[in-house]
Amino acid sequence: MSESRSVLSPLGLFTTRVDARRIDEDVYRPAESFPTGRWWAAISVTSLLALVFVISVGVTVVRGIGTWGNNVPVGWGWAIVNFVFWIGIGHAGTLISAILFLLRQRWRTGIARFAEAMTIFAVICAMQFPLIHTGRPWLAMFWLIPYPNGQGIYQNFRSPLEWDVFAVSTYGIVSFLFWFTGLLPDLASARDRAVHPVRKFIYGLLSLGWNGSNRGWSHYEKAYLLFAGLSTPLVLSVHSIVSFDFAVAVIPGWHTTIFPPYFVAGAIFSGFAMVATLIIIMRKMFRLQHLITDNHLELMNKIIIVTSMMVGYAYAMEFFIAWYSGVAVERFVFLNRAMGPYAWAYWIMVTCNVIVPQLLWFKKIRRTVLLMYPIVLLVNVGMWFERFVIVVTSLHRDYLPSSWDYFKPTMVDVGLLAGSFGLFLTMMLLFCRFLPTIATAELKAVASGAQPSRGGSHD
Amino acid sequence: MTEPVNNTATATATVKENTTPLGLVGLYDDPDSLVRGAEAVRDAGYKHWDCHTPYPVHGLDDAMGLKPSPIPYVTISAGFIGLVAALLLTGLLSVWHYPIRIGGKPLWSWQAFVPIYFELFVLFAALATMGSVILFCKLGRWHSPLHDTGVMPEITGNRFAIVLESRDAAYSEQDARRLLQSSGCGDIRPLVACEEEDDGLI
Repeated sequence: MSESRSVLSPLGLFTTRVDARRIDEDVYRPAESFPTGRWWAAISVTSLLALVFVISVGVTVVRGIGTWGNNVPVGWGWAIVNFVFWIGIGHAGTLISAILFLLRQRWRTGIARFAEAMTIFAVICAMQFPLIHTGRPWLAMFWLIPYPNGQGIYQNFRSPLEWDVFAVSTYGIVSFLFWFTGLLPDLASARDRAVHPVRKFIYGLLSLGWNGSNRGWSHYEKAYLLFAGLSTPLVLSVHSIVSFDFAVAVIPGWHTTIFPPYFVAGAIFSGFAMVATLIIIMRKMFRLQHLITDNHLELMNKIIIVTSMMVGYAYAMEFFIAWYSGVAVERFVFLNRAMGPYAWAYWIMVTCNVIVPQLLWFKKIRRTVLLMYPIVLLVNVGMWFERFVIVVTSLHRDYLPSSWDYFKPTMVDVGLLAGSFGLFLTMMLLFCRFLPTIATAELKAVASGAQPSRGGSHD
Repeated sequence: MTEPVNNTATATATVKENTTPLGLVGLYDDPDSLVRGAEAVRDAGYKHWDCHTPYPVHGLDDAMGLKPSPIPYVTISAGFIGLVAALLLTGLLSVWHYPIRIGGKPLWSWQAFVPIYFELFVLFAALATMGSVILFCKLGRWHSPLHDTGVMPEITGNRFAIVLESRDAAYSEQDARRLLQSSGCGDIRPLVACEEEDDGLI
C-alpha cells in the first residue's frame, strides 16, 4: 500500500480516494445505460458531418479531383494538408500510451485509452486523403502495396510516398494491436458486468475469453511493455517519414533537414491539443471528472507549452537557415511566407501555435477549463494552418514566375475537411458509448491499497 | 446465438450432486493474503494451479514461481524475420527482378530502403507479439470451467482468486482447503464443470 501511495501522492492524481468498485461503476455506466439526449444530439450532428464527407468523396470520385482547388503549381492541396494534420493528431495517443508508459508516468493511466482510440480514428481519417487523391481509390491498393503492374514493375521503394505507405499502415496496425491488447481485461470486465445475453456474447467474443489468470498477466505485461517499446520508435518514425514526403523533394521551403524533428514535435503538440479538446467534453458528458482530473489537464497543458516552444523554435530556425544558406530562392520562399499573399495564413499559424499557448505559463490558466479550452482549440486551428502553410505557400510561387497562382479551396475541399471531422467525432462518440473509455484494469492497479504491501518488484 | 452460461445462480444450480469438482477456487479480498496463499501453494508443489486477478499484482509472479515470459524472444525473432523480408523485398525487386535506375543512384541503394526495413521490423514484431499473447495467455477459447463458477465477475471486478485443479498430483481436497484457509482465504468454492460446456463456439 505504501508503495502505490508513494507513486501517486506526489502527483495527487485523484481528488478523492478511488476504490476499484467505484472505478468500474463510473467507467462502465455510460456503456450500460441508454444513451443520454446529449449523446444523441452530438452523434446526430457528427454523423451528418460524416455524411458530408461521404458526399464529398462521392463528388471527387464521380467528377474527379478537378473538383478540388488544386492547380498547376499547387498540386498538393488540402488533401495532403488534411492527411498530415490527421496523422499528427494520432501521435499524442501513441506518445501517451507508449512513451509515457516507458517513462513510468503513472498519470497517463487515466487518459491513455481515450488517446489511443483517438490515434486509431485519426489514422483512419488520415488514410482517406491519399487514397482519394489517387482519383481511383478502389485501385489504390495495387499502386500502394508491393504488387507488380502489367509490365511486372514494382513500386519504387526509394520514394518517400512508398515509405509513407509502409509507415502509415504499420502505424495503424500496431496502434490497433496495442489498443486492443490494452482493452482485453476491460472487455472481460464489460462481459462479466453485462446482463443482456447479446451484450454478454459480444463482449465475450471481443475479450477472447480473458480470465485474469496470472500466468496470462505475466505474458500480457511483457507483451504490453514490448508493444510500448515497438511503438516508441514507430511513432517517431511515422511523422519523420511523413516529413520526408516534403524534405526529400527539392522544393525550397520543403527541402530542409529540420523537418523530421519539427514534424514530430508538431504532431505531439497538435495531438495533445486534440486530446484535451475532446477529453474535457468526454469527462463532462460521462461525469468522470474525478478520474480525469484537473491535474491530468495541467500535465497535458505543460506538454502543450513545451511542444509549442519546439515548433516556435523550428519556425524561427527555418528563417535563420533560409537567410544563412545564402540561397536566393530559399530566402524568397520564406519572406513570401511571412509577407506574401498567404501572410494571413502564416500569422494565424504563429499566433495560434506560438503566441497564444504562452498563456499556459500561468498555473491558473492551465487548471481552469474555461480558460484553457479556447487555447487548445486555437492550437488545433494553428496546427492545421501549419500544414497549409508548408504545403501551399511553398508551392504557389515556384521557380517559374509565369506559373505562379493563388490556391483557393472549393466547396468539395471544405466538405472533405469538415466531413473528416464528422467521421472522426462519430467514431469517437461510438467508442465512448460502447467501450470502456478509461483503462480500468490499469487504474485499479495504481489505486491505493491495490498492491501487496511487502516484497515484490516495483514493476 | 447461443447464450453463454456465466451466471452464478443458474450454473451452480444445474450442477448435479455427484459431479466431481474440477478443483477449488479460493477468493481473497486483499493482495497480501493472495501473495501469501500463492507462496503456500507454490511451496506445496502444485503444478496445475493459477491466480486470477483483476489487474497485475506486483510480486505475484515470484510468489507463484513463474518463469519469465518467452514473448521477448518471439518478438525479436519476428522482428528480424521482418527485416530479412524487407531486405529481400527491396533488394530482389530493385536489383534483380526489374532493375530500374532512378535518379542515377546505384541499384542497391540500401540507405533509401531503411524506412521500409524499420517499418517491416516493427510490423512483424508487433503481429508476432499479438499472436504470442493469444497463444500464451490461452485466449480465443469460448469456455473454461472458471467462467461457469460465477467467480469471473468478482475477479474482473475487485477480488482475487487462487484456483487449484484436482488433476494436479499434489491435490487432495482437504489439503487444498487447508492451504487456502491458512493464507486467510474465507471464501472457498468448488470448481465445477458446467453441462453447457460444449455448447460454445469451440
